[in-house]
Amino acid sequence: MITIQVFDPSLCCSTGVCGVDVEQQLVDFSADVDWARRNGLQIERVNLAQQPMVFAENELVRGILERSGEEALPVIVVDGKLALTGRYPTRVELADWAGLPPPAREFSIAAEPCCGGGERS
Amino acid sequence: MGSPPLEFLTNPPRFLFFTGKGGVGKTSIACATAIHLSEAGHRVLLVSTDPASNVGQVFGMEIGNTITPVESVPGLSALEIDPQAAAEGYRDRIVGPVRGVLPDAVVAGIEEQLSGACTTEIAAFDEFTALLTDFELLDGYDHIVFDTAPTGHTIRLLQLPGAWSGFLEAGKGDASCLGPLAGLDKQRERYGAALAALSDPERTRLVLVARPQQGSLREVARTHAELAAIGLQRQHLVINGVLPAAEAETDPLAAALHEREVQAAADLPSSLKDLPQDQLPLKAFNLVGLEALEGLFRDDRTSGAEAVDVSGPAPAPQGSRPLSELVDGIAADGHGLVLLMGKGGVGKTTMAAAIAVALAEKGLPVHLTTSDPAAHLSDTLSEELEGLTVSRIDPRVETERYRQHVLETRGRKLDAEGRALLEEDLRSPCTEEIAVFQAFSRVIREAGRKFVVMDTAPTGHTLLLLDATGAYHREMSRQMSGSGIGYTTPMMQLQDPAQTKVLIVTLPETTPVLEAARLQSDLQRAGIEPWAWVVNQSLAAASTRSPLLHRRAIEEGPQIERVLTQFAQRCGVVPLLAEEPVGSDRLMRLMDPPLSAPQAVPASG
Repeated sequence: MITIQVFDPSLCCSTGVCGVDVEQQLVDFSADVDWARRNGLQIERVNLAQQPMVFAENELVRGILERSGEEALPVIVVDGKLALTGRYPTRVELADWAGLPPPAREFSIAAEPCCGGGERS
Repeated sequence: MGSPPLEFLTNPPRFLFFTGKGGVGKTSIACATAIHLSEAGHRVLLVSTDPASNVGQVFGMEIGNTITPVESVPGLSALEIDPQAAAEGYRDRIVGPVRGVLPDAVVAGIEEQLSGACTTEIAAFDEFTALLTDFELLDGYDHIVFDTAPTGHTIRLLQLPGAWSGFLEAGKGDASCLGPLAGLDKQRERYGAALAALSDPERTRLVLVARPQQGSLREVARTHAELAAIGLQRQHLVINGVLPAAEAETDPLAAALHEREVQAAADLPSSLKDLPQDQLPLKAFNLVGLEALEGLFRDDRTSGAEAVDVSGPAPAPQGSRPLSELVDGIAADGHGLVLLMGKGGVGKTTMAAAIAVALAEKGLPVHLTTSDPAAHLSDTLSEELEGLTVSRIDPRVETERYRQHVLETRGRKLDAEGRALLEEDLRSPCTEEIAVFQAFSRVIREAGRKFVVMDTAPTGHTLLLLDATGAYHREMSRQMSGSGIGYTTPMMQLQDPAQTKVLIVTLPETTPVLEAARLQSDLQRAGIEPWAWVVNQSLAAASTRSPLLHRRAIEEGPQIERVLTQFAQRCGVVPLLAEEPVGSDRLMRLMDPPLSAPQAVPASG
């Protein structure tokens, strides 16, 4: 089974509720990670604000931070190789990497307008 | 000690916690309790987490963050935990090793992320639990007295099974505010044991401390409900600083205050009515020094106040101004955002209303936005004054709306466990700040055309976190438009003194002034320089012939002095009024001290 490392940006919390507007991608990805773990995937999340040493010690990730700064995060590393930067994988991608059958449709990311300004009431 | 027995001191259990807002006197009462128990022959450890801790000063010695025997009180030892220092130590452990390794901008971002209320809360709680579960150490003491208590949010978080499984078992910080614990490397059993001790009525008593004021009592009722719901059942209520009835006969202001206090006690929230209750009288002097503290539980109420000459007003400190002068300065710009900031209970809403009314009286267009939940203060104002509109941001309503919105949209697809985790995350202190910030952002855009006066504002920490997005938006708009088309974020508006004036509101007492100073440095960190301070409810600016109140007025001097010399660019001092400042007429009376006329009195001191 493959090992996936997720290098999160500085987050107060990995569910993202502390942001200006709760980011759907963080809430979704938290659920996806949960799903992936239930299906036997090894997923490790590291938060820049909590374990910066892990970022500093990883040559690949440190290089990306030096070149592009924190905006390049999240960085996704699969079995030691760079898989994605700047966004989280979808559940379909996770399944694909792991060689699992594609997840049921109801679990795919809902197509809703992406949050922009966070103006809501 | 020959005084009537106090309920909260009767059959005290092992752990005593005193909780209440800054300035209600919980540190003084905790100190006096520790002295009382020691003098009764017990071995006592006093733990202060008050950042303004004067425990060392009280006993005339250095205490600091190691357990130190207090020589003047046999049997008593003390310990000061500074939550800010605890949080700082935590930050250093995390950030230190990567400084110079990761890019500076990245390191700065991490530091800001770790500067929030969550980090401080959790770091302080971590120190707590170390004490509560160090049985070897506890063996040396019969009683441990804390001058604070953990918040409901912290305790709930530690109780949440999902949080533990996500966080500790997997070993990765999955659960929001537990995140700051990631580097603390402590064990689950310890938190479990600490929680068990806290919720065991045989071992723990929680003493709620309030002032005899409606707002303070309501606040304490909320704390009571929150902590009772998570198992801290054994609670007491102490109403501190009650004006003795005899004092009411000496002076109209004292009479009015007494009347208000009696009313507040009669309207005691029903949830508090069944709690064992004690009242402690208002003292003439600040409770600093062993002797003063020993006297706190005795009934010699006005000792020292008799000798005071009450024929004239207490001398107002040099350099303070009436609120009307600050309003003149604000009015000169013709429009802009005016933010009243400060801790709960200092009178931000009243100050905002008074400034709005004074601006409207000058014929200027004003929009007053308050968080005043009862709306008794602001509701009638718009009818009374032309050019004044009033709206409301109720933090509770905004937070609940925001919480529901997030759960319904972002949390729609989550399973039960994920939903429970998200729900708890949404009870973090951050959530209210963000919810209020959104409501806030909607209103401040008007400030380009008229005056917008608000008693609600985000903290510097929120602003800095949000500015990460702001900076990004700015960059985007620059790239997209190709020419710097005017794009401002709320942060930019707040940083610009031409657009925004921040007024810090405080009370003329030690802890509130210190809390306000911390708020100011938080804002300065975010590049916002407060324009002025307002010291509210000043007895020194009022007129009183009550010896006790007069003495209190003199005690205010050093505090106001400190604000003037150390913190404020300019400072208005607002008198405590006999009547609650409701309605435009009474609000206008806050503008100038009633006795500002006899200014001709020779400056003696």
